[in-house]
Amino acid sequence: MKELFPIKQVMGFAFSLILTAVALLVYFLDMSFTAGITILLVTAFIQAGLQLVVFMHAGETEDKGAIYSNVYFGILVALVTIFGTLLIFVWDM
Amino acid sequence: MDFFDRFAVPHPSFLIYASMVAIGLTVIAVLVGITYFKKWDYLWREWLTTVDHKRIGIMYLISALLMLFRGGVDAIMLRAQLAIPDNKLLESQHYNEVFSTHGVVMILFMAMPFIMFFFNFVVPLQIGARDVAFPRLNAISFWLFFMGAMLFNISFVIGGSPDAGWTSYFPLAGNDFSTSVGSNYYMIAIQIAGIGTLMTGINFITTIFKMRAPGMKLMQMPMFTWSALISNLIIVFAFPVLTVLLAMGTMDRLFDTKFFAIGDGGSDMLWANLFWVWGHPEVYILILPAFGLFSEIISTFARRNLYGYKSMVASMVVISAFSFFVWAHHFFTMGQGALANSFFSITTMAIAVPTGVKIFNWLFTLWKGKIEFTTPMLYAMHFLPLFTLGGVTGVMLAMSAADYQYHNTMFLVAHFHNVIIPGVVYAMLGGLTYYWPKMFGFMLNERIGKWTVWLMSIGFVLAFIPMYITGLDGQARRMYTYSEATGFGPLNMVAFIGAGIMAISFALLVYNIYYSVRYSPRNIGNDPWNARTLEWATHTPVPEYNFAVMPQVKSTEAFWDAKKNGHEIFKGKIEKIHMPNSSGLPFIMSCIFFVFGFSMIFSIWPLAIISLLGILGCLVYRSFEKDHGHYIPVEEIEETETKLRGAK
Ligand code: HEM
Ligand SMILES: [Cu+2]
Repeated sequence: MKELFPIKQVMGFAFSLILTAVALLVYFLDMSFTAGITILLVTAFIQAGLQLVVFMHAGETEDKGAIYSNVYFGILVALVTIFGTLLIFVWDM
Repeated sequence: MDFFDRFAVPHPSFLIYASMVAIGLTVIAVLVGITYFKKWDYLWREWLTTVDHKRIGIMYLISALLMLFRGGVDAIMLRAQLAIPDNKLLESQHYNEVFSTHGVVMILFMAMPFIMFFFNFVVPLQIGARDVAFPRLNAISFWLFFMGAMLFNISFVIGGSPDAGWTSYFPLAGNDFSTSVGSNYYMIAIQIAGIGTLMTGINFITTIFKMRAPGMKLMQMPMFTWSALISNLIIVFAFPVLTVLLAMGTMDRLFDTKFFAIGDGGSDMLWANLFWVWGHPEVYILILPAFGLFSEIISTFARRNLYGYKSMVASMVVISAFSFFVWAHHFFTMGQGALANSFFSITTMAIAVPTGVKIFNWLFTLWKGKIEFTTPMLYAMHFLPLFTLGGVTGVMLAMSAADYQYHNTMFLVAHFHNVIIPGVVYAMLGGLTYYWPKMFGFMLNERIGKWTVWLMSIGFVLAFIPMYITGLDGQARRMYTYSEATGFGPLNMVAFIGAGIMAISFALLVYNIYYSVRYSPRNIGNDPWNARTLEWATHTPVPEYNFAVMPQVKSTEAFWDAKKNGHEIFKGKIEKIHMPNSSGLPFIMSCIFFVFGFSMIFSIWPLAIISLLGILGCLVYRSFEKDHGHYIPVEEIEETETKLRGAK
């Protein structure tokens, strides 16, 4: 019975609902722009990671290495693009 | 009548009307020809619906060669206009349209499909696979690319060509300054082709990771396959930026959003920024497979294994990451401060290091090799010095302070042609000559081939070295004319002559194909070049299933070791082979994409909505379609094998 019940998935589902609820608070509560954006960014990234690992089974096959290196490479490229753009347009314009 | 007014060309000229007639006649001739020779069925069965990677590859090749011709004609027109001061051949508007079309066609519709041809034709054979991971998707990729390219190509006779450069910077490309539908063509045609490219990227990464022959480890893959892997990786990370960028540009033009507007919270500079976030990786997407081809060619004809395999791979991996860190070198003069510019200057110069590593590896491969000067090798030997020159001027451009002098001059134009032509184009033509016998069962004539290379290089040097000089003297890029007093006249005349010689060289290539079809011997065997990798281990012509028995690989140069060191690659006996079924859906869906794109460009909303529904319909159909492929029975395989063995 224990093997049949997808405990990991159910927990993951509950957790992703909680994350959504927390993100919604930004709309319903009156908070500063910085606080709001911080909450949105943090919950969004946790949510994305959760979906990838729990529901898209990223770490469950022997391709684990390839999949995670691709994800890390994607994150690297995204961060460089964002911070590079900030450098060009905001910090040094 | 109002409805049809929008299809009129805004700046008509005799040449455009002549082209309309020529296009119309060609289309009619082709249709009549196919009907007359009763080839519709053959065309549909063997080509339009095929999912075979070799055939899709050949269709990419044909498209690329046609587009090379189209872009080449544009290039000659540009050079002819600049050949003498105050020339009146093209007016400024036409000049703008021609250089914009030339740039887009050459990069996106010539160079890209050319590398796709090599990915498709070579990679599965090189890794000992029977097809790509997703054959159906592969067909969709090709047809989307093809429809995007066709859509772009009709712009100059229906509604007007884009005229804001291949970079299509805002605000120039916005509605205020580009009033014709030209820039809509740019946004939407490239979008459609780009979606196809993105899918190719996913397809080939999966193919290379999952479908290698038993025993082939990553670090035993042939160098071209490595370069294809890295290039497709860059595609997957860079092309989404282009997709988003073009979608935002489309919305600005069609729905009046303000992403790239001046004011209203928009930023025109954001276009330049995002364009190059995609654009710089794009040039590495093109050059890495070119490097891969040169690696194969050089090691084959130096008759020894590639020097520094590991450092070759490492340098490509480093390039793949660094290609994303340098984009701002395309707009040092946009107004950001010295800190940002210095950062991007340094990353740019750093990327020259892994590139240099590769150059030295090729030189060391040649060292002590028994070099044989075939046509593909001659391309490689011309590539090395000419490309190095382009690399050196690239480092000059990378110095942000100095770039204030070079930016937007002919110096820059000379630089990027200097890397693109000896780098990408030579690799494509050399690779084409190299793989020609595997595709068609006969070789291209070597004598004509070598004349082609020499003429190409002489033409290239005459056409582009003068542009370095006039550029330093201040001749601006994208200027349709100049006065006699500038003194640019004589050197531009030289450049025109050089371009003419390159055109002759291209004609010679076409003649070579004709000549070889008629006179080349057909009994060349499976391995005419005495090559080293798996694609030469199977028959010529390659049977549908590529390998009757899956090859077993133990070393980097599996086929060479089989020939010289007695490795056995084809162990085991023939079994029935599972192959994917052909399908008309990719072609049909891409045709609907064409209609969708066309109606978006001209804002014909009802048609756009109908065709969008059609696309969705195709997707839904595909989701419920049951397609398990088919098996080729053992008897049939044995029959084919005996026949092909006999043909030797
Ligand atoms: C016969 C060979 C060629 C000649 C003579 C030639 C000539 C030219 C000329 C005169 C320009 C316009 C410069 C200006 O006024 O700004 C140009 C632009 C350009 N060419 Fe070529 N070209 C050739 C081949 C190629 C190839 C093979 C590629 C790419 C694979 C290419 C890519 C480009 C690009 C991207 C631009 C910039 C377009 C723009 O300004 O938006 N060209 N070329
Ligand atoms: Cu660049």
